[in-house]
Amino acid sequence: MTNDPNKTGHNPVPEVGTKPSAKPAPKRFAMSFVAPVGAFIALAIVGQLLEASTNQYVQLVLLFMCANIIFATSLNLVNGFTGQFSIGHAGFMALGAYTSAYLSTAVVQNPSFFDFIWFAIAGGLVAAAAGYVVGLPSLRLRGDYLAIVTLGFGEIIRVILLNTPAIGGARGLFGIPRPKEVVLGDFVFTNFYMNYLLAIFWVILTLVVLWRMVHSVHGRKFLSVREDEIAAQSMGINTTQVKVRVFVISSFFAGIAGAVFAHAAQGLTPATFGFTKSVDAIIMVVLGGMGSLTGSVMAAAVVTLLPEFVLRPLTDITGIDLRMVLYSLALILFMILRPSGILGTRELPDLWRKNGK
Amino acid sequence: MSDFTNELVQHIINGVSLGSIYALIALGYTMVYGILQLINFAHSEVYMVGAFTAFYTARYMGLADKPGFLTLITLIVAAMVVCSIIGVSIERFAYRPLRRAPKLNILITAIGVSLLLQYSGQIIFGADPKVFPNVLDDQTLATLGTAELRLFDVTILGVAVFFMAVLTYMINYTKTGKAMRAVSTNWTVASLMGINVNRIISMTFIIGSSLAGVAAVLIGMKYPKIDPLMGMIIGMKAFVAAVVGGIGSLGGAVLGGLLIGFAEEMVKGYISSTYADAFTFAMLILVLIFRPAGLLGKPSQEKV
Amino acid sequence: MTPSQQRRTRTNLGRSKFAASLLLAVSLLSSVSCTRKTEQAADGSAKTSSSSEILIGEYGSFTGSEATFGINTSNGIKLAIAEWNEKGGVKGKKINLRSLDDQGKSEEAASAMTRLITQDHVIAVIGENASSRSLAAAPIAQQNKVPMISPSSTNPKVTEVGDYIFRVCFIDPFQGTVMAKFAHDTLKAKKVAVFVDVKSDYSVGLSDFFKKTFKELGGTIAAEASYQGGDMDFKAQLTQLKASKPDAIFIPGYYTEAGLIARQARQLGIDVPLMGGDGWDSAKLYEIGGDAIKGGYFSNHYTTDSTDTVVLDFIKRYKAKYNDVPDGLAAMGYDAANVLIEAMNRTADLTSAQIRDELAKTKDFAGVTGKISMDANRNPVKSAVVVKVDGADNKFVTTISP
Repeated sequence: MTNDPNKTGHNPVPEVGTKPSAKPAPKRFAMSFVAPVGAFIALAIVGQLLEASTNQYVQLVLLFMCANIIFATSLNLVNGFTGQFSIGHAGFMALGAYTSAYLSTAVVQNPSFFDFIWFAIAGGLVAAAAGYVVGLPSLRLRGDYLAIVTLGFGEIIRVILLNTPAIGGARGLFGIPRPKEVVLGDFVFTNFYMNYLLAIFWVILTLVVLWRMVHSVHGRKFLSVREDEIAAQSMGINTTQVKVRVFVISSFFAGIAGAVFAHAAQGLTPATFGFTKSVDAIIMVVLGGMGSLTGSVMAAAVVTLLPEFVLRPLTDITGIDLRMVLYSLALILFMILRPSGILGTRELPDLWRKNGK
Repeated sequence: MSDFTNELVQHIINGVSLGSIYALIALGYTMVYGILQLINFAHSEVYMVGAFTAFYTARYMGLADKPGFLTLITLIVAAMVVCSIIGVSIERFAYRPLRRAPKLNILITAIGVSLLLQYSGQIIFGADPKVFPNVLDDQTLATLGTAELRLFDVTILGVAVFFMAVLTYMINYTKTGKAMRAVSTNWTVASLMGINVNRIISMTFIIGSSLAGVAAVLIGMKYPKIDPLMGMIIGMKAFVAAVVGGIGSLGGAVLGGLLIGFAEEMVKGYISSTYADAFTFAMLILVLIFRPAGLLGKPSQEKV
Repeated sequence: MTPSQQRRTRTNLGRSKFAASLLLAVSLLSSVSCTRKTEQAADGSAKTSSSSEILIGEYGSFTGSEATFGINTSNGIKLAIAEWNEKGGVKGKKINLRSLDDQGKSEEAASAMTRLITQDHVIAVIGENASSRSLAAAPIAQQNKVPMISPSSTNPKVTEVGDYIFRVCFIDPFQGTVMAKFAHDTLKAKKVAVFVDVKSDYSVGLSDFFKKTFKELGGTIAAEASYQGGDMDFKAQLTQLKASKPDAIFIPGYYTEAGLIARQARQLGIDVPLMGGDGWDSAKLYEIGGDAIKGGYFSNHYTTDSTDTVVLDFIKRYKAKYNDVPDGLAAMGYDAANVLIEAMNRTADLTSAQIRDELAKTKDFAGVTGKISMDANRNPVKSAVVVKVDGADNKFVTTISP
């Protein structure tokens, strides 16, 4: 993808400047397969190092970070790439989290490692189905109105969770298992490590699917809806269909994010999935740059790590809990000083590519 | 009267009283939206600051134990002044630098300001609930069967109607009001016509925020418990009211407020108190699906 | 429209790359530095504290919508620790408290607990108020074999997590029974309406056990309605409850709402007694509720009109330190800390396992909230009092033993 001769740094739409059809098919397939597997292996090795060098606290925060990465990138598909405005994303995450948690506690006893994959898929599917139900009527609305409807649905989902005794209601659902440790000869893969493998599997899968999607013909459709809906319509694009499709896919991955979150936290309460959780996702998307997947990844990392590893120690020094005050202040300043987010609409590889030329 | 009618009359009185409070806060949302197309998430925190202003004013002026209309008016004025200052500062320092930035950025800034006020409030005022001073002695004015019409409800309705009338007059018949309408229609053209857009936007924030101050005192009087997070729930409901009525429309905010207050009361009273919030939001969604611009909002024309 | 504007206004690549690498560097550095710190700490003091200080952990909601409960509990804990330190600490060592905020979220409670144990290496943990957050954190304490003592998590499941988890408060089944018996025997109520805060696990739990016991005693539940913590208007539900003509209304929530509920109930002409649980225990109850709450009954651990010197001393010292009247949560925090430190004082060499054993042996500890003896399930055996709200003070009505 890097050696397209027509590509320049000043291309107005750099992230779609490369055409998927520009390369011979087998090589492209190989690339799309090798890169993620390579990344998985690399991260798996990093995981071993982390396992050895960090404590459980850092490890738990890393797992939350993985969930947030999936959560933020999935919302970026709707907010960043398609220009729709959803502020109820936490509702879909909640559905995924509760579905996966319920399956692993009440339905399947002693789940194996691979069971967790289908629990997450089930969570994703439930969220996707809800996304379809929400999206179909509401995506005809524009801008802020869509935002308000998604907010409404997010709240409705939370109220329903709060009042469903089977999943604990306000008392919460606890004792959610993690994948068990695996012993292979001398090697012990702890339950953190197994959980980490599962989490990075989903992170990579999400990124690959979303990356492939936004760099495909479908991705072009998303962008055309974002840039000018009327023009897109006049080009023969069924904009409502595109929007619903994007919404369903995004909800699916939000559900996956929920599943990763549920097995990391090992306990769920409806309060977790309130409006502030949706706001967190929007913050990550805008902070990273609307329409930049790698930007969302970085922003998710920053938003998860900053309060824990930077602001908490700061609180120890000042003696007052200023975590949220500093966080909100940083947010305002960042929006004013750098409105396009960390990466704008560009992706991380774009930066290196510019340098190489 | 039968039990059923007694109950119904009581529900109607409660609903109107609650609705007029939502309407007052909804007006602030709708005014800012009409001019800046911005959902001002910080509005509910301006309301919270208004409540604390009244609380501290009463304490330091020694008005806490002197209920009466004079106290009420003093506290309302104090809250209005402080709220306007806060509102204008928010606009000046957080929103104005972003006026040409993408909408989502301003929205996040608004959320940021809202979080900042909530959490600084928890540090400055303390997280524990404070008891709002006794502003007015409540008494029963009339009884219908067992349902009661009380002074608080009448005062709230009266004050709310008064400020809405003032606002309507301002918007329709004064120069500033006309300028506001011009800016909300098209601010580039308005500035070409010699209107100082920045001044008008500040004016909007002054008016919207001072209405939040009024609402804060009225609510503090009726529900005498205030805390730094008190804006969250009521802000969300008032915002829903503004949208149901048609965001950007003043009449819509009032209608929406009354409707949401009334619907909430009826659902809690007759259907299910557990799912009342879900019903409120479901109603919002239905209204938007069938009337995408709200009940009184003008459908926006898509320009090609 | 906006994204294209955004692209036009974007700055050059160099600057953004700088920002990006800076952020990456910051996040990497911060995680690395944290790692370092723990490595060093891990060498010396794994689970016994050999230095001149003893580190106890605390996690609670110090910000967010339940901050007031978390802060009051924490005040109680800090008062207890300050008193021990004045007396010279435990075994000549000063006690140090490490408090972490969980913002009232269960996942934050889990990460706070993990941090306390694996990074700060505390030898015991005090917390949380809300059972849902205690349940999120308790398994971590159990796995790492660090004793945890909860001041006021009333859900029976909390201590069922394992043998390292304790509490100093009643459990829901007991408190629900107390009020059900009281309503049935003392108030002679036949029909009771229940008004529950569905957002609070405490309220839901307590109401469930109340309903169960009251029905077993032969009473009926006339009506049920719900609200959400943070609501201000309860008239719709109260009008509905009034229509069911109950003999009493049970409101198992916190004082923050109970006061407002009482006011609105009186305004609607509801004059039957209102009842609550220990969540009502605060001076704010009467301040918010005014005369409307007078004559209400609630179950509690102690009364402020008590003549017990332990209680009186506690109230006096708390007032001196915080210029505020302690509420029930502060008293529970105080007792939790004292029970823990007392147990620590009895150990031979302050290991987590020994502290656990000593905690389990706690017997007839004279706390502010009553005599505390741990039973086999690590729940305290203590009696409850029912008090009547009578102005700023509460009047003792009756004692009910388990």
